[in-house]
Amino acid sequence: MPVADTVLSVHDLRTFFRTDDGIVRAVDGVSFSVRRGETLGIVGESGSGKSVACLSALGLVPRPPAFHPSGEVRYGGRDLLALSERELEHLRGNRLAMIFQDPLTSLNPYLRVSRQLTEVLEVHRGASRAEARRAAMTMLERVGIPDPARRIDQYPHQFSGGMRQRVMIAMALLCEPEVLFADEPTTALDVTIQAQILELIAELRHSLGTAVVLITHDLGVVAGSTDRVAVMYAGRIVETGPTAAVFAHPQHPYTRGLLASTPRIDTPLGSRLEAIPGLPPDLAHLPAGCPFHPRCSQAVDRCRTEYPAVIALSMVHSAACWAVEAPQ
Amino acid sequence: MMPPPSPTATNRPLLEVRDLAVRFPITVSDGWLARRQEEVRAVDGVSFSVQRGETLGLVGESGCGKSTTGRAILQLIRPAAGEVVFDGLPLDELWVKRGRSWTWGPKLRDLRRRMQMIFQDPFASLNPRMTVEAILAEPLRNFGIPSGPERRAQIQSLLETVGMDPRAIRRYPHEFSGGQRQRIGIARALALGPDLIVADEPISALDVSIQAQILTLLQKLRADLGLTMLFIAHDLAAVRLISDRIAVMYLGRIVELADATVIVSAAHHPYTKALISAVPAPDPVTEKTRQRIVLEGEVPSPLNPPSGCPFHTRCPLREDRCIREAPLLREIAPGHTVACHLLER
Repeated sequence: MPVADTVLSVHDLRTFFRTDDGIVRAVDGVSFSVRRGETLGIVGESGSGKSVACLSALGLVPRPPAFHPSGEVRYGGRDLLALSERELEHLRGNRLAMIFQDPLTSLNPYLRVSRQLTEVLEVHRGASRAEARRAAMTMLERVGIPDPARRIDQYPHQFSGGMRQRVMIAMALLCEPEVLFADEPTTALDVTIQAQILELIAELRHSLGTAVVLITHDLGVVAGSTDRVAVMYAGRIVETGPTAAVFAHPQHPYTRGLLASTPRIDTPLGSRLEAIPGLPPDLAHLPAGCPFHPRCSQAVDRCRTEYPAVIALSMVHSAACWAVEAPQ
Repeated sequence: MMPPPSPTATNRPLLEVRDLAVRFPITVSDGWLARRQEEVRAVDGVSFSVQRGETLGLVGESGCGKSTTGRAILQLIRPAAGEVVFDGLPLDELWVKRGRSWTWGPKLRDLRRRMQMIFQDPFASLNPRMTVEAILAEPLRNFGIPSGPERRAQIQSLLETVGMDPRAIRRYPHEFSGGQRQRIGIARALALGPDLIVADEPISALDVSIQAQILTLLQKLRADLGLTMLFIAHDLAAVRLISDRIAVMYLGRIVELADATVIVSAAHHPYTKALISAVPAPDPVTEKTRQRIVLEGEVPSPLNPPSGCPFHTRCPLREDRCIREAPLLREIAPGHTVACHLLER
């Protein structure tokens, strides 16, 4: 149910891929929405569908081999999945922006940073080259790149990993997008640099009111940087709610397993992790019923045959699991 | 699997590293045709010791020299200076000069079975064209264990030790997930019953739930086999779970070394403190209330290291002295050493 200031909402999105191995159900009925100035965390492991869900929302998954058996991505009164490539290009980089894990592969190594930054403004805003350059310089300064007047004329390889990620963020924010998708933006960075980048994203979100969808595998990053969280497993959201509620009262056995698997620096000595046994399923040959049941210690017969219903624990917190009981 | 320690060796550390230095020659280009040779000091005067049965964690950010230290200890890189003494044997003396280059002497080759490595990338460290059996047979064959039902049984029992189905021997690496491949890598390291294992970022390429599986496996093997381990990683929260003591490295040097609990609860070096405060906790309440020390700037290039204390360019507590003089590691409490001028007052 969309709230008044919902900027973007995804309904029952399915992204399947036709492969030699059969149909891979990468995203299998995912719904989420994000509000102005809010950060939604999407957390999951490799193959959970978290990246594909966001790439699909932006029309960045090549079709074919991908196709959408169902789904709608509402933005500005339109369904992004129904737009033409031309219409999408007008929105991407302008109203909707994305930053990726590895800035080195997303920046063009042959072009000076200045060219890559000004292009966005010239294309989307019709700015003159001089105006665009001025705006780009201001943005570089704002994302914390020292000496922007000199750095703007350098090539991507002349920047360190953390600085390149700042360039990416500057590029993504130049047109002041309404929604920023950040796909593992700090995974390739050292922790002290990660702290700087997360702080930067939070500060820009506050000052510009950007809605942020933060995709990550790191529960620590989710805990510190998001308002709401959706936990994904095998292409579906298994639990979602306000970050504080999900961490304080995790309901889905997978969410609990993930939390118990994450080492913490502040647990008493000698404490052990509780690993989730087994492996994530093959998305081309999903088990019947709940895809988590082969790894779940609480699985009952019903879990082996029927996908669980979504149980609402409160107005805002829900989980898809047969073992979860709705409050009376 | 492990030879019993000789009676004289009981109190001697299994591994002693003294003033270890590793330098890499590099060619710097000063523009068109202007080239000069320089040296990167990747590891610069590192000292520590590891007791039998102990796990020492080596942490630091990319480029701090932690992996290079591990490789130099195993003599995969020839140290430029300093000493690595393994079970009383100075390893430097075991290299021989052949022509203009140095190679391992026969004794060092022999020692190899007692010192093994677990690598970071389970996709790159297993030969894709070899079956699991061939991968695990290789170390055994190299050290004279003939093929036959006995060797096969040994390989199958190795797989069981690392929690895999012994029937996996006929399969190829690509048929396994990252976590299972890492188990194969661990089995290979264990094949010859080594005394020392250097694990270089063994979990960082894996998913969270699989990281926990591998970490739990290493904890179990440590307890069951009495392994001595150097555990190299950037993830302080994981390192702490498996290590007895932790050494923190920055720009090729150790800045602090203490018991694992002391490092996370009572660190003294400003860099250790910042590193700990930067580790995100999977807990929104902790995250909201914590005081995070966000370091400014980035790690300087080891090609052009700062004067004085290597950390002074980012240190929130820097004084004039730090810019001029490099601090020495000093013991501030039994078993707790720190390299920082501010503790000398």
